[in-house]
Amino acid sequence: MDYQELRHFADSWGLVFMVVTLAALVGWAFRPGSRAVHDDARMIPFRDEETHHER
Amino acid sequence: MSAFFSAGAYLLFGILSLFMIATATSAGFAIHGVIILIACILAVATTVGRLKPDPNGGWLLPDTNNGGYYDGVIKAGVIATVFWGIAGLLVGVVIAAQLAWPVLNLGLEWTSFGRLRPLHTSAVIFAFGGNALIATSFWVVQRTCRTQLFAPGLAWFVFWGYQLFIVLAATGYLLGITQSKEYAEPEWYVDLWLTIVWVAYFVVYVGTIVKRREPHIYVANWFYLAFIITIAMLHIVNNLAVPVGFGPKSYVVWSGVQDALTQWWYGHNAVGFFLTAGFLGMMYYFVPKQAGKPVYSYRLSIVHFWSLIFLYIWAGPHHLHFTALPDWAQTLGMVFSVMLWMPSWGGMINGLMTLDGAWDKIRTDPIIRMFVAALAFYGMATFEGPVMSIRAVNGLSHYTDWTIGHVHSGALGWNGMITFACVYFLTPRLFGASRMYSLRMINWHFWLAMGGIVLYASSMWVAGIMQGLMWREFNAEGYLVYAFAEVVAAMHPYYIIRWLGGVMYLAGALLMAWNVWMTAKGRLRDEAPLDAGLPYNPETDKPLAAPAFAKAAAHAQPAE
Amino acid sequence: MIFENHGKVERNVTILAVLTLVVVLIGGLVQMVPLFFLENTIEKVEGVRPYTPLELAGRNIYIREGCYTCHSQMIRPFRDEAERYGHYSLAAESMYDHPFQWGSKRTGPDLARVGGRYSDEWHVQHLTNPQEVVPESIMPTYPFLKKRELQMADIAAHLKANRTVGVPYTDEQIEHALADLKTQADPNADPTDLQRRYPKAQARDFDGDPTRLTEMDALVAYLQMLGTLVDFDSYVPEQNRR
Repeated sequence: MDYQELRHFADSWGLVFMVVTLAALVGWAFRPGSRAVHDDARMIPFRDEETHHER
Repeated sequence: MSAFFSAGAYLLFGILSLFMIATATSAGFAIHGVIILIACILAVATTVGRLKPDPNGGWLLPDTNNGGYYDGVIKAGVIATVFWGIAGLLVGVVIAAQLAWPVLNLGLEWTSFGRLRPLHTSAVIFAFGGNALIATSFWVVQRTCRTQLFAPGLAWFVFWGYQLFIVLAATGYLLGITQSKEYAEPEWYVDLWLTIVWVAYFVVYVGTIVKRREPHIYVANWFYLAFIITIAMLHIVNNLAVPVGFGPKSYVVWSGVQDALTQWWYGHNAVGFFLTAGFLGMMYYFVPKQAGKPVYSYRLSIVHFWSLIFLYIWAGPHHLHFTALPDWAQTLGMVFSVMLWMPSWGGMINGLMTLDGAWDKIRTDPIIRMFVAALAFYGMATFEGPVMSIRAVNGLSHYTDWTIGHVHSGALGWNGMITFACVYFLTPRLFGASRMYSLRMINWHFWLAMGGIVLYASSMWVAGIMQGLMWREFNAEGYLVYAFAEVVAAMHPYYIIRWLGGVMYLAGALLMAWNVWMTAKGRLRDEAPLDAGLPYNPETDKPLAAPAFAKAAAHAQPAE
Repeated sequence: MIFENHGKVERNVTILAVLTLVVVLIGGLVQMVPLFFLENTIEKVEGVRPYTPLELAGRNIYIREGCYTCHSQMIRPFRDEAERYGHYSLAAESMYDHPFQWGSKRTGPDLARVGGRYSDEWHVQHLTNPQEVVPESIMPTYPFLKKRELQMADIAAHLKANRTVGVPYTDEQIEHALADLKTQADPNADPTDLQRRYPKAQARDFDGDPTRLTEMDALVAYLQMLGTLVDFDSYVPEQNRR
């Protein structure tokens, strides 16, 4: 493999791979149904307190 | 049983250190042998001492298992953070003064700029920042997993082992033991020791997550975990070296252009994972806690995490623009550095917006104000960084003091401020006080630090750009206008301003040390509350009813 | 599918840790691996050779004193840098540098081609007290270099360690390492063999005191060879386009 072949791979499949990965990541985080999980998770630091804080 | 085992291990290290002392051909290596021997003797003494049925078997402070969180090691970590912070800043002030007044190098090999500069960078990054990361990570992982530390004895080993690493690294620089890779200067045997300590740290941290009582792993732990894993990877690869016999000197396996890329892959991600990912772990726990509000968007924090750790690792080559590194690698480094702006600001926005609906706390709570300032500086530094990674800008900024100013707006503004805020958060809780000894002193610390950063960053920004422009200025005849020495002379006033900024920043940190000390002693300063504005009284804040108007007017009769 | 698996990542520390490692490995691998096998990473040039024992000893002093904290050894392809420092640096010129000394800051000037620009006397005087020769200088003084004997009895071991990490030192070079170290700074010794083993090696007394082999001898020998190995009259950049 020389520079040109690597460059072609990076410009095509490499780019596609990154875009797809990014889309999957964002889709994953913002998927419907994640809200309940996330609303629960963000309260974790407050579980050791007697009084719960407003959300 | 395990105590016997660890005592045996320490004994083995002790024998090794005797061997170091016996065979040393340089004073530096022998001194390191003595330091390791002393550490081994202390370790064996305390380990064997723990064999006795002693409920207070902790090393520095009692750390009994009464069902609560293991906070003794965190207490030690906070004290170490403050101590090394003062030490690192002090050395920084000294070397800043040396650049303004070179006579302060004293003509001694141990006090010259070249040896003190790595001492400064390692002390502030690894000693101050590292202790803050270890201490806060132990606090956060216990609280967010709702469980005790896994292997608390090993956690103490991590603490003391890390201090030994710092002492060996720092004394090594003064004695001339260095491999000259920036932020990775310690020699091979100190690197090996840090690897052992780091593996123990990983075991304690992951072990605690494994035994958690909370099903979900809170996002702060992801950042701490990424920091621990990635630093291990960077440290091992960058420091692979072949020692010369059994002595302090080694030759790193990489050479020339490959070594340059490996070094800055390491160096930039020491920034990315030590000074950013780890500190974002702090941010995702302590900012919500101090604000009393959960993080603004949890889903943003997930996108933030994965995109940040993926993109950061590519950014190293922007330290090597226009060098003998192939252009394709420089371009990759530049493109990813610019993209890195997005997750950086995503994280900043997530932190700042956590205060949404509680913005008044910036005025009333000096700790929140420090967190906000830290995030603001994080935002500024992570905007300036991508700009400076653009090749055309970098052509001017590289090799100049602009870079130094950029680094310090991140280090003093982001890392320093957030660490101070965490120290102020943790100290009263660790020492059982209702609040810090003095909140007004925190206020003073804030403004001293702020003034210091402004002097530092602005002077270095102006000086750096001036320096870059003077170097490249040609006259009409086609000759360079300035000799190099003339540019050095032109820097003098800016170096003095920078030094003053450092002095102010150090003064603020000294106030913090005093404040922490008094809080630990259980003192509370009698002082007026910070919120000096008139208290709001809803009873009086309404229009007077019509019938009452005449009466009120009568009462308010001017005395004519 | 992927939506359901998401919960696992956030609940399983092993998956989280492994995924994190994979994600942080990608960038480094993509950038670093090609540097080792793309042929045009390091230019093909004549003249670059491993350091002589004395130069290597001097280089170790350069590293020990942290000279890299203020001096770069990497000239960029700019007009002002060509004017001030000389031809831009090639990757080949640091191919035997373990570790590299490109630096990151120019508090002082670049040193990639400082060799032969100043006399030995100038270097000795400058290192002993820089302000004496350059009044504006803010460089620390290094008076102890001239006074201290060079401790390099194990120089052969240093060459061997370098060979282990890839520097092509020959058996002959390692065998004669200690003798070569002394010969290079001894004005009365015959440097013919040294210069056969290390072409272009400069042999003379460097520190002004022919009776002793000091740290100053080694450091000045190193500084005086920097950038002198490649003959740029015969270098054709077009053949080395990257």
